[in-house]
Amino acid sequence: MQNFISALGLGSLYGLIAIGYTMVYGILRLINFAHGDIFMLGAYFVFFATIQYKLPWALGVVIAVAGATLCGLLVDRIAYRPLRDAPRISALISAIGVSFFIENLSVVVFKGMPRQVLQPDFLTRPISLGDVKLIPLSIMVPVISFALVAALLWMLYRTKPGLAMRSISHDIETTRLMGVSVDKIIALTFAIGSALAAVAGIMWALRYPKVEPYMGITPGFKAFIAAVFGGIGSVPGAMLGGLALGFIEIMSIAFFPTLSGYRDAFAFVLLIIILLVKPTGLMGERLEDKI
Amino acid sequence: MSGMTDKKNAFRDNTMTLLAIAALAVFLWQAPRILDGYKVRIINLIAINAILGLSLNFIYGIGGMFSLGHAGFMAIGAYVSAILILTPEQKIAMWFLDPIAPWLLNLHAPFLVSLLAAGFFAAFFGWLISLPVLRLGGDYLGIATLGFSEILRVLIMNLTPITNGSLGIKGIPAHTSLWMSYGILVAVVFGTVRIMNSNFGNVLKAVRDDEVAAKTMGIDTFRTRVLAFSIGCFGGGIGGALMGNLITTIGPTMFTIAQTYSILMIVVIGGLGSITGSIIGAVLVTTMLEWLRFVENPLTIGSLNIPGIPGMRMVIFSVLLIAVIIFRREGIMGMREFSWNWFFSLFGSSKPTKGGERV
Repeated sequence: MQNFISALGLGSLYGLIAIGYTMVYGILRLINFAHGDIFMLGAYFVFFATIQYKLPWALGVVIAVAGATLCGLLVDRIAYRPLRDAPRISALISAIGVSFFIENLSVVVFKGMPRQVLQPDFLTRPISLGDVKLIPLSIMVPVISFALVAALLWMLYRTKPGLAMRSISHDIETTRLMGVSVDKIIALTFAIGSALAAVAGIMWALRYPKVEPYMGITPGFKAFIAAVFGGIGSVPGAMLGGLALGFIEIMSIAFFPTLSGYRDAFAFVLLIIILLVKPTGLMGERLEDKI
Repeated sequence: MSGMTDKKNAFRDNTMTLLAIAALAVFLWQAPRILDGYKVRIINLIAINAILGLSLNFIYGIGGMFSLGHAGFMAIGAYVSAILILTPEQKIAMWFLDPIAPWLLNLHAPFLVSLLAAGFFAAFFGWLISLPVLRLGGDYLGIATLGFSEILRVLIMNLTPITNGSLGIKGIPAHTSLWMSYGILVAVVFGTVRIMNSNFGNVLKAVRDDEVAAKTMGIDTFRTRVLAFSIGCFGGGIGGALMGNLITTIGPTMFTIAQTYSILMIVVIGGLGSITGSIIGAVLVTTMLEWLRFVENPLTIGSLNIPGIPGMRMVIFSVLLIAVIIFRREGIMGMREFSWNWFFSLFGSSKPTKGGERV
C-alpha cells in the first residue's frame, strides 16, 4: 500500500512534466530539453518565495508558477521561434544549449549546493486511514495532478484555443491560413507546459525536501520517456506513461531491492524497448515520413 | 584546367602538406621547452578534442545521424585503456572496496595496444547499439543514444568489480604526450579524408542527403549507416582513452551529457560535415573554455575589484552555442574544407581558383 501510494505520487509527477514535452512535441516536433529545467526553476522560485522571503505558501506557489511560465515563454521566444523554419535538429541543438544555459546560470545565481526545503506542517502531519498512516502530501500530489490534467483536457477539447492547438499539431500551415495566430498558440502551449512543470517542481521539492540546480535533468528525461511511452502528442497518454513509469520504478525496487543502484537506468532501457517495439507508444498516432 | 597544371598542383599540394606536417613537428618538438605544463596540457587537449569532434562529425555531419551518446563511447575507451595499462599490483591496490574481477586482474598491455583495444571496444558497442537504434531517425536517435550513454554511466557506477564504481580509476600513467596525441590526430584526419574520398564516403553522403534516393540506387542504407556509426565510435573510444591517459584519473562523473555537449559544440561551431571545421572548432572551444576561467577568478583592474563568479564560463559557453545555432547555423566552415588552392588564392594568385571547394 505504501508503495502503491508513492508510485502513484511519483507517476503523476512524471505525468505532469511529460505533458509539457508531449504538447510541444505534438506541435513543433521539438524535444524541449529545457523543460526539465523549467521544472527546477519552479521548485527554486517557491523555495525562495516561502523560505527565504517568508511569504505565505499560497502566494509563493502563485509566484513560482507565474515565474516559471514566464521563463518558458522567454525560452520559446528567444531560442525556438527564430528557428521555426530551420531543420529540426537545429532547434534541438538550441534546446540543448538553453537547457545547459539554465542549469549553469542556476549554479551561478542559486549556488550549486542542494538546499533543504522546509515542509509546511499542514502537509506532513500524519493522518490514519484504517491501519495505513499517510501524510496529506502524498494524497495531495496525485489529486492535484489529476485535477490539472482534467482541466487541461477540458481546455483542449472544449475551448477555441484548445481547438487551435489540436489543429496546429495536425497541420501548422493550414491552421495559419484559417486565421489562427500560430505564434500565440505556440506560446500558450509553452506557457501551459511550463506552468504544469512548475507545479510538478513545487510538489517534487516538497516530497524530496530539497532543491538543487541539476534536479531537473533526470526527472526531465524520465518524463520525456513517459511521454514517448504514452504516445508522443497525446496528453492522456503522457499521464498514463508517467504513471506506468512511476509504478515500474517503485515496484521493481520494492520487489528486487538489489536493483536499486540501477534505478535510473530502468527508464532508459524502457525507452529503447518502446522505440523498437512500438515507437508510437500506447496512445500515439502514426507519423509517416513524407517522401 | 589542363592535365599539366593538375599534376603541378598535386605536386605543390603534397609538398605543402608535408611542409605543414614538418612545421607541426617542429612546433611539437619545441612546445614542451618553451611552454609550461599547463599550456602543454591545453595543446594536448586540443588534439584530443579535435579527434572527438572529428569522430562525432563523422557520425552526425557526414553520416547524418544525430548521436548524443559520444560521452558513453569515450567512457568505454577510457575504461578499457585504463584497465589494460594498469599492472595487477596497482589494480589490487585500487579496487579496495570490491576486488577486481579475476579475469581482468592479469590483463596487461602496452599503451598503443590499449588504445587500439579502446577503439575497437567502443566500435563494438557502437555497432551493438546501432543495430536497434539506427532504425530510428532524427531526434529519436539522439534521445536513444543519450539513453545508452546514461545506462552506461549507471553500469559504470554499479559494476564495481570491473570499473571500481564511483571511486573511478586513479594513477593512470600519463602516456598522452604531444607526439602521441598529434600523431593520432594526423592519422585520424588522413583516415577521414581517405574515407570521404572513397566510394564508401560518397555512398555515406548520398544516404545522408536522401535516404530514399540512395535506396533506389541499390544502396544498403542501413548497413552503410551502421558501419559509419561504428567508425565514429572507434574515434570516440580512442579520444576517451587519450583523455584518460592525459588526465590520469577517470570516473563516472567525467562522462556526462555535458561532455557530449561540448563535443557537439565543437562540431556545430566548426561546421557540420567539415573536417577543417571540426579542427578549428576544437581549437576555439578548448582555448575558450580555458580562457573563460578568468571570469571565475577575482580580477583587479587598477583600483577596481571584480569578484570571480564560479560557474560563469559554462553560462557564457551555452549562450555562445545558442547564438551560433540561431545566427550562423552552418558554423565557421559550413560544409567547406581547407584546400591549398584556396590558401594560395588568398595571396592573389592569378590562377582560376576553386576557392573553398571540397577537397
